[in-house]
Amino acid sequence: MISALRATAPGPYVTIQDVGRRGWRRFGVSTSGAMDYPALVSANLLVGNPADTPCLEFGQIGGAWEVAAESCRIAVTGGKFTVSADGRPLASWRSHTLRRGQRLVLQNARDAVWGYLAVAGGFDLEQQLGSCAVHVRSGLGGRRLAEGDVLSLRADRPEDGPERVMDAPSRDTGPIRILLGPQDDYFTPETIADFLSAAWRVSHRSDRMGTWIEGPPVRHANGYNVVSDGLVPGCIQVLGSGQPVVLAMDCQTIGGYPKLATIITADLPRFTQTPPGRSIHFTAVDIDAAQALYRLHSASIDALSDCVAEIAAAVTRPFWLRG
Amino acid sequence: MSAPGTHATSLPPPAAVSAAKDYPRFLPVGDAALTVEFGDSISPDLNAKVVALDIALAASNMDGIIETAPSYRSLLICYDPVVLSCRQLVAELRRLLERGTRIRQGSAVAWSVPVVYDPPYAEDLPEVAQRLALSEDEVIRIHSGATYQVYMVGFAPGLPYLGPLPDRLHISRREAPRPSVPAGAVMIGGIQANIVPMPVPSAWYVLGRTPLRLFDPSRHDPFLFRAGDHLRFRRIDAAEFEHLAGLESDLVLPQVRMPP
Repeated sequence: MISALRATAPGPYVTIQDVGRRGWRRFGVSTSGAMDYPALVSANLLVGNPADTPCLEFGQIGGAWEVAAESCRIAVTGGKFTVSADGRPLASWRSHTLRRGQRLVLQNARDAVWGYLAVAGGFDLEQQLGSCAVHVRSGLGGRRLAEGDVLSLRADRPEDGPERVMDAPSRDTGPIRILLGPQDDYFTPETIADFLSAAWRVSHRSDRMGTWIEGPPVRHANGYNVVSDGLVPGCIQVLGSGQPVVLAMDCQTIGGYPKLATIITADLPRFTQTPPGRSIHFTAVDIDAAQALYRLHSASIDALSDCVAEIAAAVTRPFWLRG
Repeated sequence: MSAPGTHATSLPPPAAVSAAKDYPRFLPVGDAALTVEFGDSISPDLNAKVVALDIALAASNMDGIIETAPSYRSLLICYDPVVLSCRQLVAELRRLLERGTRIRQGSAVAWSVPVVYDPPYAEDLPEVAQRLALSEDEVIRIHSGATYQVYMVGFAPGLPYLGPLPDRLHISRREAPRPSVPAGAVMIGGIQANIVPMPVPSAWYVLGRTPLRLFDPSRHDPFLFRAGDHLRFRRIDAAEFEHLAGLESDLVLPQVRMPP
């Protein structure tokens, strides 16, 4: 009998993600990978997987899934998502063991956009260009998951052992930190000062390629056609209309609009996890400060395993057992 | 500096702006990437400097470099700031550039790309001929008579940006992109030319179709073209198109890769 997770009514934006593709940018291949990588690592650590194991990533709604395996251990992270098995609530940021036939439902979170579902042992997937990450536009790694899709599992049941739990990370609420450039010289100092003092609203026009932010138009001082050049997730590109767009993991490899600034690596997950309608501010840091923050961020991901605690056996009895 | 909105065309900023800048420029693109910019225009010479630095950097085996991506006039370098700070990287790059970089013989490939310019594969050829006041045959002769350099590969996996496009084929792009052009479409737009590896939205004009698979993840080397390669287009008829399209890459590629 196969061991699988079956998509009975998946959400509209569910894909497989991992750390993404490195080394193919020169050929036009986007990085892809998790919109909130620390959350993906956390989900994996909670079920005992290596940190980079591919997970299901869902935008706001994960939908309904059926366990088609003897049993499987799962964990959901990314935000305080409403999760249930056969109608019974399950905590996120904690592992749970489910049995065959159970219906797992992943609903939205008030504090986040992107959720991660890890399964102990991982999904049985082939890498393409060194990663299982799905890039919807090119079809690399596959496509969005649809009703009836069956994801095979590498293990037919999880290893014995206690469930694990971790505290949801407390997100910094300060302004999103950016590094000006590479094309800040397409804007006047006054425009940049206005950009930094404005309140911006995260719009609904948002996906894995980028997010439009709403606020005052950002005027170009020097035209808006740059000779197309390389860009990375986090770049804040200003369209001809003065509309800023924050690029995300599936963004193209090159672009022809001026890039006013780039969100620092440590703050990009915090930005991508900001729900539409929320207000944000930006603040500029210099390259030395940004790279010091990068090193702290990198060390904090390496230290995530220290944040995972085992739950005493009595608490981890499968919840469906009575008496 | 010019007033806002004075060059809202597909042209790069005016020369006066370029002259004020001192190249090469080292521009952080966030905390884990750096752009090395050699100029502000599209030209074979600038692009050759980009490709030369790319090759020199790869040969230097510098610790902390994750990947690089050449574009028209700049090289994007992605690196790990845990291993290499921006300051260290810039110092190393200055040292490399002072030593002098050059494209070594034999690193670039010349391609002869078969193209069918006949219906139904050349859907925009009549419109292009009309807008440029040329006959369809003249458009084909000019397009297939030039040698192009691959300036960069990007936008979609394996998509080459080609130039210089002969002046007589310069044509402003459509106002609105069409939702999808087919894989293999051979196109022109603005002062550029390209070939599409997979269906993409585009505001460019389709002159013909190539049976070559520019991107094939099942192939040992999934990508046909590298920045710095040269190519010419060779006119074929619909029968040869069908024949080549049905062959495995192993059989087609030796026929289109020219001896150096």
